[in-house]
Amino acid sequence: MYDFVTQFGPLWGALASVGQILGFIVVLLLSLAYLLLMDRKVWAAVQLRKGPNTVGAFGLLQSFADFIKFVVKEIVVPAGADRPLFLLAPLLTFIFAFITWAVIPVAPGWVISDLNVGILYIFAISSLGVYGIIIGGWASNSKYPFLGSLRSAAQMVSYEVSIGFVLVTILVMAGTMNLTTLVDAQAGGFWNWHVLSFDMLPWPAFLITIPMFVIFFISALAETNRPPFDLPEAESELVAGYQVEYSSTPYLLFMIGEYLNIVLMCALMTVLFFGGWHAPFDIAPFTWIPPVFWFAIKVVFFFFMFAMVKALVPRYRYDQLMRLGWKIFLPTSLAAVFVMAGIVVYTNAGQAI
Amino acid sequence: MLEAAAFYITAAVAVLSALMVVFARNPVRAVLFLILAFFAAAGLFVLQGAEFLAMILVIVYVGAVAVLFLFVVMMLDIDFAVLKAGVTANAPIGGLVALVLAAMLALTGFAWIESETAAANLQSPTPADMTNVAALGDIIYERYVLFFQLAGLVLLVAMIGAIVLTLRHREGVKRQDMHRQVNRTREEAVEVVDVKSGEGIG
Repeated sequence: MYDFVTQFGPLWGALASVGQILGFIVVLLLSLAYLLLMDRKVWAAVQLRKGPNTVGAFGLLQSFADFIKFVVKEIVVPAGADRPLFLLAPLLTFIFAFITWAVIPVAPGWVISDLNVGILYIFAISSLGVYGIIIGGWASNSKYPFLGSLRSAAQMVSYEVSIGFVLVTILVMAGTMNLTTLVDAQAGGFWNWHVLSFDMLPWPAFLITIPMFVIFFISALAETNRPPFDLPEAESELVAGYQVEYSSTPYLLFMIGEYLNIVLMCALMTVLFFGGWHAPFDIAPFTWIPPVFWFAIKVVFFFFMFAMVKALVPRYRYDQLMRLGWKIFLPTSLAAVFVMAGIVVYTNAGQAI
Repeated sequence: MLEAAAFYITAAVAVLSALMVVFARNPVRAVLFLILAFFAAAGLFVLQGAEFLAMILVIVYVGAVAVLFLFVVMMLDIDFAVLKAGVTANAPIGGLVALVLAAMLALTGFAWIESETAAANLQSPTPADMTNVAALGDIIYERYVLFFQLAGLVLLVAMIGAIVLTLRHREGVKRQDMHRQVNRTREEAVEVVDVKSGEGIG
């Protein structure tokens, strides 16, 4: 994308990149509208309901109707709230959710910024996401939001550690932090995807990467406050956690930010473990579908998994959540980092850096 | 041109937010300004071509350390009036410390620019054929591996020390034993009692 932008010279190039970013944001928001609808439809189907079916054919316009409803409502700022911070918090969540997408490669060359430290950038920005929640809970000047935000922050910080070690395992295996190079290393068929990584044979790397993928998936659920780890907004105990006092547009920003983080986690699983834009077989009928659609199909599949988990699994208790994160995932992923680093050093693989 | 503008904007944000850390009335806001200062510092690292350091600064300081800061400060019950009085009382000492620090920084900075060995270092912070990460790894794990390991050992000792100091075994505290809980059978958990009408279990 960088070459594409610079061919127009400094001024028009800058405008072109702004246009690119805006276009990407619009595409993301539109897909998010339908992913939200899909989430609700899947959830409804599991519970033998119909789900939203009134606005537009099959309820296809439901998300847009919700959007308009949120935007035209009055913004209520509670008395005694820290007004600037109260309004800053949802904006932070919203912005951090979007800027992480800058380094996600959706097709060959289709990436806003091809950073050399792409994985670290994602990790850094997603560790910032916790601020929107803490600030929002504190600035509301109310007990339930504050308790919810404390829970949420502790949970996100705990599970970030194991997500970090999973990312380190993958980047040690691939020998690069650049996401485009990472995806390119998985070309040629589904057995080369990092989740199976048969190209590392005779070393059975899949014995490490498959459990790592499971850990990443569960940690992603916890990191994005999705059920079964939605304790920050557990309605039976905390009403709705850190968003109790939020209404209309600020609430909408929180919700878009949260859902965008979920889609981001799906995209990360696609890029890190499931070969990004590559087709499962590198032969004719599969290669007819453009790469960007393969990427989208995989992301939608993982989003479906997220929706199913929400529908099927009961909520964890908080101490069980902490036990799972610190006593099971952390030692397992740490051991995986050591074993994978050992394999890579011994076989002298991973020379991409 | 763009780079200079970016530098001045980030540097101004860093300095202003550092000032606001001291002068903010609300301690939670002071911590938030501290976080902004960290963030601006990370931006300055990026401008210098040290993107790895910038990301690590954000991950470690902004993502983990400052969150704990924020936790503690939010939970404290702070009297703002006392805090405000402290600022004026400690201003002379604080100013003196700031002056000494600034003087030391200026002295070493000017000496570094004038020294001959530094001229070579100014040229290439990173070798041209290497990424930032690989160059750093080369220095840490090849050249100064002993110092790096020793620094890690010092941190480990500090960590164990903190645990030892705060760990205390209390008697009579109910704890959850996952193994026992899962392996409980019906026989040891349920007792069927035949209660006669009008008598109770007694």
